[in-house]
Order: sequence, then C-alpha cells, then structure tokens
Amino acid sequence: MTCLPPAPPARRWRGEGPRALLWLSPWIAGVSIFFVYPLLSTVYFSFHHYDMYTLEFAGLDNYRYLLRDPRVGVSARNTLWLVAIMVPATVLFALALAQLVVRLKAGAGLLRTVFYLPSLVPMTAGTITFVFLLNPGTGPVDHLLSLAGVRGPDWFGDPDWSKPSLTLLSLWGCGQLMVIFMAALLDVPRHLYEAAAIDGAGPWRQFRSVTLPVIAPVLMFALVTNVIYALQYFSQAMVASRVASGTTDSPGSSFTPGYPDESLLTLPQWLFQAGFRDYSMGYACVLALLLFAVSMVFTLILLRQFRRAGAEEGS
Amino acid sequence: MRFVPLAAAAALLCSAALTACTAGRQAGPSLGAPRPSGSASQALPAATIELWHGFSTDAEVKAFEEAIARFNQKYPQITVKATKGVQDDQITQAVRGGNPPDVAASFTTDNVAQWCRSGAFQDLTPVIRQDGVDLSVLPAVARSYTAFEGRQCTLPLLADAYGLYYNKALMKGHRPPRTLSELAELAKKLTVRDADGTIKVAGFVPSVQYYENTPSHLGPMVGAKWYNPDGTSAIGSDPAWKKLLTWQKELVDWFGHDKLEKFRKGLGDEWSAEHPFYKGKVAMVLDGEWRNAMIANDAKGLDYGTAPLPVADDRPDLYGSGFTAGTVIGVPKGAAHPRQAWELVKYLTTDTASLVTLSNALRNVPTTKAAMQSPDLAKDANFQTFLDIFAHPRTSTLPPSVNSVFNQEAFAAFAAKWERGAVPDLAAGLKDVDRQIDDKLKLSGG
Repeated sequence: MTCLPPAPPARRWRGEGPRALLWLSPWIAGVSIFFVYPLLSTVYFSFHHYDMYTLEFAGLDNYRYLLRDPRVGVSARNTLWLVAIMVPATVLFALALAQLVVRLKAGAGLLRTVFYLPSLVPMTAGTITFVFLLNPGTGPVDHLLSLAGVRGPDWFGDPDWSKPSLTLLSLWGCGQLMVIFMAALLDVPRHLYEAAAIDGAGPWRQFRSVTLPVIAPVLMFALVTNVIYALQYFSQAMVASRVASGTTDSPGSSFTPGYPDESLLTLPQWLFQAGFRDYSMGYACVLALLLFAVSMVFTLILLRQFRRAGAEEGS
Repeated sequence: MRFVPLAAAAALLCSAALTACTAGRQAGPSLGAPRPSGSASQALPAATIELWHGFSTDAEVKAFEEAIARFNQKYPQITVKATKGVQDDQITQAVRGGNPPDVAASFTTDNVAQWCRSGAFQDLTPVIRQDGVDLSVLPAVARSYTAFEGRQCTLPLLADAYGLYYNKALMKGHRPPRTLSELAELAKKLTVRDADGTIKVAGFVPSVQYYENTPSHLGPMVGAKWYNPDGTSAIGSDPAWKKLLTWQKELVDWFGHDKLEKFRKGLGDEWSAEHPFYKGKVAMVLDGEWRNAMIANDAKGLDYGTAPLPVADDRPDLYGSGFTAGTVIGVPKGAAHPRQAWELVKYLTTDTASLVTLSNALRNVPTTKAAMQSPDLAKDANFQTFLDIFAHPRTSTLPPSVNSVFNQEAFAAFAAKWERGAVPDLAAGLKDVDRQIDDKLKLSGG
C-alpha cells in the first residue's frame, strides 16, 4: 500500500503567492469580467428600476412583480416542459440512432452522414424550413397526411402541438449528440458483450447491464448539457413563433411572443422581452437570477445523481 | 490571507464596472440654452451632423436624400450624414453609450413616452418657443403621439393613416361597408368556399392576427379607449372593446376558427408581391396609406378602391375617422450639435416643400395642414381617402405610454385567445388585461 506524500508546509508558499497570482491573473480577469461582474451587476440592477436610461432604487418591487406576472408561470411551465419532454426524447432518439448506425453492417457511413447533416443547418434556417414544411395550408407534410386520409394538425399554430413540433425539430437536429453516443458505444469493450452473451443475456439485458453502465458518464454529460440548453431555449422558439404567426420583426410591427397562445414563450424569451422590448431591465435581472437559480438546481441534481451512479458502479 | 489581494482586485474591478454603467449619462450640449441676441439660424457654425432613420429601400433613401439636399441649400454650412435602416434598439444603445446621433427618426411611436420621460430625447419645447414654431399646423392627434407628460421630445415627420381597401372586381358591385354590421354581412357574401368548407376567397379576414388587424388599428372603429386619464387601463371598463371583440368573434366563428387559421397561414407575406389582396384572395382589408405605393409597385393593374373604416352601428359620427401614428423624429440626449440638429428636425417636419417631396416619394401622409393642401402633393382618390382620415377630428392614435409595447402585446395575446375560443368570460378576461397593464404601470413608476 502506498501513501500520499505529506502536504508541503504552508510556509513554502510564502513568496510564491504573488507569482501564483500573476499566473492565475488571466483566469481571474476572465472570471471577474465575464462571470463575477455580470452576476453582481445583475443582483444590483434587480433592486432598481432601470429603463436603460435612468436608474432608481426600487427595493423589492421587481421581486414582488415576479409573483404577480402571469407570464412567469406560463414561460416557466413551457421551459420545464422542454426540460422534461424534449431533452429526454432528444437524448433517447440520438442514442437509438447511434445504436442503429453502430450495429449496421452496411450503409452505416451513409446513414451517419444523413443523420448528422441536419445539425449543420443554421438554427434559424432550419426552424423556418420546419415551420414551412409543417404549414397547415401550404406545407407538404399535412398534404401528404391528407392523401393518406389523416387530417394533420396545425403544428406550430395549435398551442397543444407547438411544443411537440419543436421537439420534432430537436430530434431532426440531434446529429451531433448521435456522434458523441457513437463514440461512447464504440468504446464499450467487446469482450463484455461476449461474456454477457455466454451468460445468456439477450440484447436488452446486454444493453442494460453492459452498454448503459459504460456509457453512463457520456449519457450524463448529454443530459446535463441538454438540460442547460433547454433552460436557455430561445432562438428556435422565437423564430418558430414569428414565422408561424406570420409577422416580421420590422419597425412598428406588433408581435406577441410565444405564439400560439404563449405556448412557445420560454423563460429566456420573456427575460429578453422584459429587458429589451419593455425596457424593464431591473425586472429582467430578476428573471435572469431566477433562471440562474433554476439552472443551478437542475445541474446540482443531475451531478448528484451522476456521482451516486458512479459510486454505485464503483462499488 | 492570500485571497485578500484577489478579493480586493475583484471588488475594485466590479465597482469600477458598475460605475461604468452610468457612462452614457454624462451631460452633453443641450437644446434650449439662450442664444446670443440677434443670432439667426443661418448664422449657425458649420458642423457635420448625423441622422439615423429607419428607411431602407432605394426609393425611400433617395427621397430622404433629396429632402436633405434641399436643407443643405438653406444651410450649406451643415453637412448631414444619414444612416439608413436604423431601429429603435440601436438608438437606445447609442444614447446609453453616450454616442448618439444628432438626429434620430423612428417608424414607431411606441417608445416616445419612454424617450420623453427618461430624457433620452431632448425636450424641444424651449426651441419651439424660441423659434416661434406654431404647432397648431399639426393636427392635434399628431401632436399627441409625439409628446408625453408635457415634453415635446419628438415631432411627426410623416404619418400613417389606416382605412379600408377593397378589390372592385371581388366586390361584385357592392359599395364599401360603412358599419360593422355591413362589413360582416358583406364579408359573408363575398366569401367563396370549396365543397368541404375550405376558404378560397375571404370577404374580410376578421382575425386579430391578420397583418394590420391589431387591436390598436381596430379600436377606432368603435371609438374604444386604451387608457383612463390617470394612465391606468380602460380596456376592461370601456364597453366599446367588448362590442368590438364580440362582433369579431361572431365573424370568426362564422368562418370557423380552424378553417380561417388554415386560410390565413396559407397566405403570402404581407410585404411581398404575394399579398393576398393583390392576388384576389381577400376582398377587403384594413391597411395603411402606404399600401397604395406597394400596389403601384407590385400589383399594377389591380382595380381597387379605398374608404374609411366601417364603424360601430351606433357610432355613425366616427365614420370617416380611423387610426393614425407615424414616423417621429427628435434630437437625442448627448447630441454633439443639438442646434444644427434642431434646424434639421424643424426643416423636415415643418417645411412644406420638404414634406411634400417626402410624401410624394414615400406615399405617406404629410403631417402639416399646409403640406396636405399643397397643390404639389400628388394625390388621387385612393390616397385622398387617407388624407381625409388623418385630418378627421375623431381620428385617434394609441396614446403614449411608457409600457406601450407591453400593453399592446398583453391585449393582443388576450384577443388571440379570445378568437380561438379559449376565453370563457370576456368581461373577466378584459379585466385581467387591465390588471396586467396596471401592475406593469406601477412597476414603471406610474
């Protein structure tokens, strides 16, 4: 059994502090400017009425308004829907695609390219195309469905269908995640499968007892990053809303965010709206802090689960 | 202990950065300072001033440059550097950053209240008085959307007026409707459907989500009020809104909400040559005067007419009026050359020749009475309709509010829910809109 060497005496660091600080200074500057300062100023502005021109102390007014603002609840629910439904669906779909491509004997390269290509399409262009494809009046999807005798829904125009439609968009663009899963799956030692097969394990049992434990860190990474991504979900929802509602962002044009019926209004969109459209920057800071807190809670929960799973695996 | 210097450095950095947030608020030269006696505008020192505006098409920019060239003939010592396609967000950021243009124009009146209250745009009242500019040359409604809380921080450059466009071929000899009942009846008569009920041609699209059918544009048809005198919302208490929304919902239901939505979503872009009014898919539309110019460009040969908007059956006095708003222009806080900037603003907003030039090119309504009556103003019967609407004493606008965007969106969101049939109690729903608007008003300091 080997022992760790004893910790060096504290005095050995004397005189090296300034030098260490010097070496750390790029990191310190980066964190201070891009994290600490924005965070502190967000807290500072959250106690003020700030219309981007004038600053006036407001006490807890912005926090009280948070409790009365009906769109906070709506946008939080929509965001949580995306976290609870869209994220697992995307992760599972990407994993299934990766499994399929890894197992294929022929045509794997072609399929891998086909599945990966959508993730190269710019986000805005992809979203606009999707909304056009799913347009109930002129889109080919509903037309094809009608040929089969199925009456297609008003995908991005019906509040009950808008978030599932966005989920479809997310599934379509999950190529990058699929590639990450493919790398993880190819890393699973072959002999483990052989041993499991000898023990009589079928495909499902092999997946549960061999694949899943080995790729668990990658799976957890995918979940954490996708949950954070879903909590910050903005562009696709905004673009889909605008295109589906038929409005443009031209001066003087009116647009109600979250079309239809605020079903695509996410928390980051509402934050943007409050700050940069309504000029309530103080209140937008409160929403930013709320989003920060929710993101932290989700990340901590997932990391804790991850550590627990890791510990169980180790034991 | 070794973290002390680190903490001190971070604290210093943060405090310096927080202080920097006020960087955009340093005092610059401002309007209204007494001028030396006997100084004439022509004696202004030479300067190059920056003008930001939202016009972007070649024709618009050319018209603007022509108006500026005329200004230069009058003030050769002032060079105007114009930047096109600027939106309000950019103006806001520039003012905040302490580097604003000398003159800024906006297509929308939504931010006027915010600009006036915060001082982001300078109060023009002192120089208006000094120079003896008579604001009564502007219709009262145009004065109302350019000022807030007694501060005239912008002036109207050109105005938009909203009326009814109708496709003569699709009207089948009917005259344009004058009341909401007539509009609903005619819309039903002119609507053409397939055997399965799919709408092929709509007499009128009553959805509040259709192009220009916003609550602010529809409200004047029933004389609806947005605000009480104290600035709180009047939407829930003014029965006119209830009347309008009830009428609108009945017509939506006649079409069938789903069928109407399917039809609406299959229509072309509002700003393209595929507009359904050009293509004969909609017989009557609510639209601004600028549509005349677009039709001339994109749908030559379209046989159409214009008329004032139909009004509530019990409010015949409103017929001939409509909604108006328009482009506003002012001098931002921190402008480097405010006196020269004011001369440009004054020229563009009050000089008849300049307004007529711009109006003829952009096909917007000129804002002064002299420009509207100018023999040089190009007008035909279709454009004259909008000049008359703008000049009508009952024509109204959306009164300025510091939460104008929020208020319109809150109401529009409610109206969209209402027409979908997701609001069981209209009165309660309108009261809830009131509550949202009033809560936001309190947050904004009343």
